[in-house]
Amino acid sequence: MKEDLLRIEHVSKSYGENRILKDISLTIHRGEVVVVIGPSGCGKSTLLRCVNGLEPIQQGKITLRGELIDGKSRKITAIRQRVGMVFQNYELFPHMTVLENIVLAPVKVQKKGRREAVEEAEKLLARVGLCGKEESYPRELSGGQKQRVAIVRALIMEPEILLFDEVTAALDPEMVREVLDVLLQLAEQGRTMVIVTHEMAFARAVADRVIFIDQGNIVEQGTPEEFFGNPKSERAKKFLRTFEFEPVSGKTAGAGSAVQSVPGI
Amino acid sequence: MPDLGIEVLFAGRNMARMLGGLWVALRISLVSAALGIPSGILLGVVMRMKNPVTKILTRLYLEVVRILPQLVLLFLVFFGTTRMFGWNLEAETAAIIVFTFWGTAEMGDLVRGALAGIPAHQYESGAALGLTMPQIYRFIVIPQTLRRLIPLSINLVTRMIKTTSLVMMIGVVEVLKVTQQIIEANRVAHPQAAFGLYGAVFVFYFLACWPISLLAGYLEKKWS
Amino acid sequence: MDWEVIVQYLPLYGEAAKLTLCIGWMGILFAVGIGLLCAVITHYRIPLLWQLVRLYVELFRNTPLLVQLFFLYFGLPKAGIPMTAETCGTLGLALLGGSYMAEAFRSSLCAVPVMQTESARSLGMTRTQAFVYVVLPQAVSVGVPAFTANVIFLLKETSVFSAVSLMDLMFTAKDLIGLYYKTAESLALLVAFYLMILLPVSVLGSLAERRMRYAGSGD
Repeated sequence: MKEDLLRIEHVSKSYGENRILKDISLTIHRGEVVVVIGPSGCGKSTLLRCVNGLEPIQQGKITLRGELIDGKSRKITAIRQRVGMVFQNYELFPHMTVLENIVLAPVKVQKKGRREAVEEAEKLLARVGLCGKEESYPRELSGGQKQRVAIVRALIMEPEILLFDEVTAALDPEMVREVLDVLLQLAEQGRTMVIVTHEMAFARAVADRVIFIDQGNIVEQGTPEEFFGNPKSERAKKFLRTFEFEPVSGKTAGAGSAVQSVPGI
Repeated sequence: MPDLGIEVLFAGRNMARMLGGLWVALRISLVSAALGIPSGILLGVVMRMKNPVTKILTRLYLEVVRILPQLVLLFLVFFGTTRMFGWNLEAETAAIIVFTFWGTAEMGDLVRGALAGIPAHQYESGAALGLTMPQIYRFIVIPQTLRRLIPLSINLVTRMIKTTSLVMMIGVVEVLKVTQQIIEANRVAHPQAAFGLYGAVFVFYFLACWPISLLAGYLEKKWS
Repeated sequence: MDWEVIVQYLPLYGEAAKLTLCIGWMGILFAVGIGLLCAVITHYRIPLLWQLVRLYVELFRNTPLLVQLFFLYFGLPKAGIPMTAETCGTLGLALLGGSYMAEAFRSSLCAVPVMQTESARSLGMTRTQAFVYVVLPQAVSVGVPAFTANVIFLLKETSVFSAVSLMDLMFTAKDLIGLYYKTAESLALLVAFYLMILLPVSVLGSLAERRMRYAGSGD
């Protein structure tokens, strides 16, 4: 039996009247890759932010190996070092070079020696294919490169669990692959990861377990084969259908006839 | 507890006289704003022209007016004209000339900035829809410019009001001067009055400027 | 224009400029300190202090320096707080400048996206570390234009010091005009000295602005 790493127990979260998360419970085991999917605004990004203590929760608790995650507690900085997070818009620090971005936290937070941190950073940069970019500024990099730097910045802290919040959503299509490859590589190393994404094919390939969230509830979960091959709930079916396209009917026959029949066009 | 001027403030017509003095300063700033804002709009449009001569001239005008303290400008016009050309310029007229001259430059720069802030693709997408140049200005550029401009020009009015306090330095009898006179008249009976009376002037100015600043801030937030 | 008169007046203006600069820079230095403190207090909404700072900023931004100086110099002594003209000039400029700097710093802090703080925090940094290493350096480069504009504004504002009988440039000019009627020379020197004080700041400001522009160019 695998060890429980992260436990989310009966978590509820609202902004004013708006309930974003409704009594969510979820346990993530060591070495597991969990992919969270759902329509936009369903609360999946909020869930990740709660796990990192960036959002206060109104009910329930989140624990990492038994230790409470609470954004207001003094111990939160220690816990965050064990939880790595990568954001949709990279959030690199624009006034620092790639190398400075990466070694800032190990040096200032973990009080590692600078040389040791730099060595480690170079090793990690090489692994994600960014050798020689150490002295570049974020603005000189492509989106995919920035996101890989952001991943290295999280990795160097040696976190026990990694959170990815729609890390390819802001990328041009041809750059999505290079970032997803890094994620696959991390999964193969046996890292514990929670990935929020809209890339269904990738989700299917990388996930040990898929969680489907809609309107603040976990509606369905299962292995990728179960979920994508045979979704049980109506909502999941409907959601998955939005990724499919029917061929345009009557394309070869009277092209444009369908358009003409719509009033107002 | 010594009387710190509150009694003097409310005695006789003192407060009315002080407010009258405040109105002198406000009048100068309102007249200058009324003259400076339209001419500033014109200046801003001229500054956007590609002509190198107008570019250099307007730039020079702007830099000179903005780098010299308004009080220096006031001295230049007031003492310069009366002493050098023998004109007998009234202090109030000199003040209106200077503040209009200054306000025009500030407003011109605001207009220039607001126009420059409209991205080129706004013109392009207007043109792509088949709008004519006047239509592009009428429906796209001017409405967007106004939204940026109105809060900034309201702010300019408060700066104008604050700056007109300088006119007492060239002898205009405005609120500070009137207050000085009142303090002088009550020197024996109320030697401490300066505290309350100057404090009152402070509050008067605040009450004149603050609501205008709030309005500008509100509009800026609403339209940004 | 009588050059002999100009040469004769030059040392008087030199002395006056020294006084203007001395009080001006001292006041600005304090203003930066006050502004920074106030900006941090408002940005992080430190309870109670935050409302006090807002009150101070609104009060001093919405009143003229001349009126502030009159109150400080002629009013406060009547309530038992006397001060010299120099102290009054420095204090007045510091208080006025502090309120302007506070606004400038606050809006540069606001210009740094909240997500930058969050990503720093997600790496385990404390609030202070995130502020010092991530937010502040970015805010500084965003804030350069507003900062130089404020410095120039404050140096210009020093021109009202003569109202509290400080023998600054304006005082000297007015004095010489009144005494000897050498209006043209007195005014020319006045303009020349103010240009000497303000032009370098203006030029340095635009240079700094150009160098610092990197932070605005996105992530």
